[in-house]
Amino acid sequence: MKIPLSWLKDFIDLEGLSVEDIARKLTLAGMEVDEIRYVGLPMPNHAAQGMHSSGRHEFKTSGIAWDREKIVVGEIREVKPHPNADKLTLLDLYDGQQDQVVLTGAPNIFHLKGTGKLPKPIKVAYAKEGATLYDGHAEGQVLMTLKRAKIRGVESYSMACSEKELGITEEHEGIILLDDDAPVGMPLVDYMGDAVLDISILPNMARNVNVVGIARELAAMLGRELKKSSDQLPVISDQLPVTSGQSVKELVEIEITEPELNPRFVVGLIRNVEIKPSPYQIQRRLKLAGIRPINNVVDATNYAMLELGEPLHAFDYDVLVSRVGQVSNLPNKKIKIITRTAKDGEKLTTLDGVERTLTATNVLVCDEKGSLSLAGVMGGAESEVTDSTKNILLEGAAWNFINIRRTAKQHNLPSEASFRFSRGVHPSLAEHGVRLGLKYMADWSGGAVAPDLVDAYPLPPKDAVVDITVNDVKRWLGIDLTLEQTADLLKRLEFKCKITNNKLQVTAPPHRLDIGEGIVGMADVLEEVARVYGYDNIPTTTMADALPPQVGNPVHEWEEHLRDLLVALGFQEVVTYRMTSVERESRIAHHDDYVRLTNPIAPEKSVLRRSLIASVLDTLEKNIRYSDSFSFFEIGPIFEPVKNDLPNESRKLAIAMTGLREATAWDVKDSPKLDFYDLKGRIELMLSGLRLPNVSYTASDSYSHLHPGKTAELKVNGQVVGAFGELHPLVKEQYELGDSPILVAEFDLDLLRGIQPAYGIKTIPETPPIYEDIAVIVDEAVLAESVEALIRQTGGRSVTNVRLFDVYRGDQIGAGKKSLAYALTYQAEDKTMTDAEAAAIRNKIVKRLEKELGAKLRS
Amino acid sequence: MQDKLNEIEKTALDSLSSITDPAALEAWRVAHLGRSSPLMSVFSGLGKLSKEERPVIGQAANRVKVTLEAALEERTKAVKAAMLAKSLEEEVLDVTLPGRKKYVGRLHPSTQQLRRVLDILAEMGFQVFTSREVETDEYNFQLLNFPPHHPARDMQDTFFIEAEGRGDDPILMRTHTSPGQIHAMRKFAAMNPSDPPPIRIALPGMCFRYEQITARSEVQFNQVEGLAVGKNITFADLKGTIADFVRRMFGENARLRFRASYFPFTEPSAEVDVECFVCGGKGCAVCKNSGWLEILGCGMVHPVVLQNGGYDPAIYSGYAWGMGPERQLMLRNKVGDIRYFWGNDVRFLEQF
Repeated sequence: MKIPLSWLKDFIDLEGLSVEDIARKLTLAGMEVDEIRYVGLPMPNHAAQGMHSSGRHEFKTSGIAWDREKIVVGEIREVKPHPNADKLTLLDLYDGQQDQVVLTGAPNIFHLKGTGKLPKPIKVAYAKEGATLYDGHAEGQVLMTLKRAKIRGVESYSMACSEKELGITEEHEGIILLDDDAPVGMPLVDYMGDAVLDISILPNMARNVNVVGIARELAAMLGRELKKSSDQLPVISDQLPVTSGQSVKELVEIEITEPELNPRFVVGLIRNVEIKPSPYQIQRRLKLAGIRPINNVVDATNYAMLELGEPLHAFDYDVLVSRVGQVSNLPNKKIKIITRTAKDGEKLTTLDGVERTLTATNVLVCDEKGSLSLAGVMGGAESEVTDSTKNILLEGAAWNFINIRRTAKQHNLPSEASFRFSRGVHPSLAEHGVRLGLKYMADWSGGAVAPDLVDAYPLPPKDAVVDITVNDVKRWLGIDLTLEQTADLLKRLEFKCKITNNKLQVTAPPHRLDIGEGIVGMADVLEEVARVYGYDNIPTTTMADALPPQVGNPVHEWEEHLRDLLVALGFQEVVTYRMTSVERESRIAHHDDYVRLTNPIAPEKSVLRRSLIASVLDTLEKNIRYSDSFSFFEIGPIFEPVKNDLPNESRKLAIAMTGLREATAWDVKDSPKLDFYDLKGRIELMLSGLRLPNVSYTASDSYSHLHPGKTAELKVNGQVVGAFGELHPLVKEQYELGDSPILVAEFDLDLLRGIQPAYGIKTIPETPPIYEDIAVIVDEAVLAESVEALIRQTGGRSVTNVRLFDVYRGDQIGAGKKSLAYALTYQAEDKTMTDAEAAAIRNKIVKRLEKELGAKLRS
Repeated sequence: MQDKLNEIEKTALDSLSSITDPAALEAWRVAHLGRSSPLMSVFSGLGKLSKEERPVIGQAANRVKVTLEAALEERTKAVKAAMLAKSLEEEVLDVTLPGRKKYVGRLHPSTQQLRRVLDILAEMGFQVFTSREVETDEYNFQLLNFPPHHPARDMQDTFFIEAEGRGDDPILMRTHTSPGQIHAMRKFAAMNPSDPPPIRIALPGMCFRYEQITARSEVQFNQVEGLAVGKNITFADLKGTIADFVRRMFGENARLRFRASYFPFTEPSAEVDVECFVCGGKGCAVCKNSGWLEILGCGMVHPVVLQNGGYDPAIYSGYAWGMGPERQLMLRNKVGDIRYFWGNDVRFLEQF
């Protein structure tokens, strides 16, 4: 919301505070100022130095300052022709000190050219030589200094300014025509210098989407009085020109069919308005607030809304009268306003000319002929105010904010009215708003207000009443305040306070809907106490409360440990999107069913992933050109759908590796590529780090994404927890992943975590070991695992280590055979083992290998 | 004979002084102290001498031998020292050549930052509590005091999940880790419903918002919340805890300020700004010259939320605060584009 400072000053004295001080006060109190735009007022140094100045400036700042001496109010006394140019004129202008000749091409005074001395001088914003302005002819906002120049033979050194040159709007079609009461010679900054605060309004501060609301907050935070508060608004009988004619009550009646949706509906009538532009100062404020001026009647509704927060709607009264005539022949038939929900499929053409199809939750304002407007959102086209409108029926109403919010969303109609109504506008403002709107219409259009208002108020809200104790303040906020001190803080925000029996009874003021009852009301009120007291003034303390029972998080702790293990093994962790598309995953995984988003942000993020390895491979593919070796892992959930219920979130580990085994260097040119056994080695180390015993690896060809001959299924304690291996060539073809083998693994962490670890360690023997190598030749089909198992089984406790150090195939040993070479460590637990003892064990091992696996000792 | 010995000694010592390498030293030793050297032949000729001469010459020869051996040892040391000096002088590397790299593992930057945050919180007594990423509307919103269709929901644009027949309780991607507050409170309250134990937990995890993916906004991000519930926990305690945390996280001198704000699940609510730790508050690009960095939101747990968690707000109170590890990294490491985090470009990851 954009608020001109000059408007705030109508309601509060801000003497002694800089614009930034005001912005800071508001920001700390929860009304964050996003930007300050200076429109005339002096700017702080940093900003005056230009947009790119360095150094601290608390608020984003833009705009222009008007030089006191060089930019003043001037008056045009005559518009003379330019001797050498038809489209230019020379203004005979008085700047309060002397007469000036000012050259201009402004179209909005061109019709006065050569008409002689003006009967009534025209007030303008006059800039003298040397003044800094925005260049009116440049694209965007470019500063320039006014210099002396000859234009078509006439010297020009000053100008009458457009809004663009002064930074008010982008408008450069004509010069500003000030109101007649502008004092000639006054520095323009004193007359209408301003700064616009752009304020973010939080959902619980709907009461402050208006000038009075912000002024009220500022007054509370500064400890100052408001100049006038919302209940000191015009009273029709004594402050407004009133027609002697009929009371509006004799002309209009109101029927509310759904008080829950429409708790209040107020109308007033003004006759004989003259539709014309509003005073310039009013237009200027509206523009600074971001609203386009239309005419004095529409502007009055907008101005009153911006000022007070109550959106108003002006009907052309005569259109309503003629509609009565269309449905009734009775003389003096009253206009009957009816508010009701729409019929499904009912049509209404709104102000923007769009015919809208309504549903039964939409609320309409109607008369007996039919619908007039979409309540609280947008008016209808037929009864809108036009240039020929004479009499206005002005509506101020209260609506259910949730209903308005849904309707505005449904019809995609964000408007100033729906913005406010969908956040909550207190019904008390309906009446104040209508009075204020009528006053401004009367002030600016010369109309006269009909006596009375018609006020249908079937459902007045109860003002919230909350009891607060000294202990509540202490317990919730941690500050010691007496009830009197608490009351003083709350009164600043217009809460009514009464102290009885050690309790402070607080009644919410009649513009607030955000204060609840009971304990909720207590928190609501305490928040206000804290805000006015100042968050910065609340002390900083250490919790005195008891420590809670210590509860671990085994899942989190175990996964963090696993991450550390993987990083130590050289893996780079990645974290990918949970959202993917079936198409992307189908390159590697095929599932019938997915957790689907109803409102995906993009087609490639339309479901939740079911395969973690798919995400990691996508990451690998994106990176493949940027390194020569990759070892990625991700730990995270996959989402398995459960019909119409929450999905299962299973935890997975996925690994992908490819590229060089070792980093190359300027003197190390080559490295073998990572293969199955690199991956397996890391998995072995990972599992030993997790202290998981009884691990086995079984060849498997049942994983469609893996190479059927290069896949191992991992079993821990006999339970399958996942598989790993080389990516299947056909799957690899789906990706752009280079020439190296792609090694992938996926493990079910919920299963893996469930296995009881073995924390015991082996003691280090103190007896000397005997080392010996043996090589045996076996058939290709014999698995290395079974050779080693037999060696260990035969050697028993005397063989403390068995390490395969070579696998050989070749002519020496014949086709279909392989040689496996093992380094054995013999050791006795309690004495020094002799060579003879070791030889005896070795012989036993060789014999069993020969007998059971058909092995031959290689000599 | 004595003259001969003198001659042997002189010749030997003279030739030794010019020797500069170990091979010549060995040749010298063979020539002058070896079995067939003149000195040794003196020893072997002792038998032929008279009984009187024998001890005199023997002693003299022995003295020459000792002298020559000592000279050899000294010369050997000198030669070694000279050689070492020479080799040290010659063996010079170009230390500016690049070292040989090794492929190393790293944690994702978000994990690193999550750990920094959780480590500090652990020391402050906040234990990790995790909960699911796909939630019901009830847990993500309603129990946290966001009624259906409430305008506060506009603050958290939501991804919904296809499901039928769920009425006002659709399934959705959690928009914050706060549903964990309810899960945690209910779990703790169940331990002793009549007098629930105090709670101090940290809630980390991935959250999701319906936002266009740009340099400044993402559809998923991590959040860490802190939650304390107990008797006599106050807004002043919240300020104290946050001041402690901020000091640990952003440095001893980090100044902070509390701004009034609004979250449906806390009241009073505040946003906390830390004085920019990049420029020390002088104004820079990171803080957009404001001198302040917005780093977390916080507040006293709303009575409705306490009630929904099984804690009577007339007896218990509490506070909660939430922050974003990715945002902290963006500020600390000047990461200009939030898309880097889930882009997982190795050229980004390798810098952490």
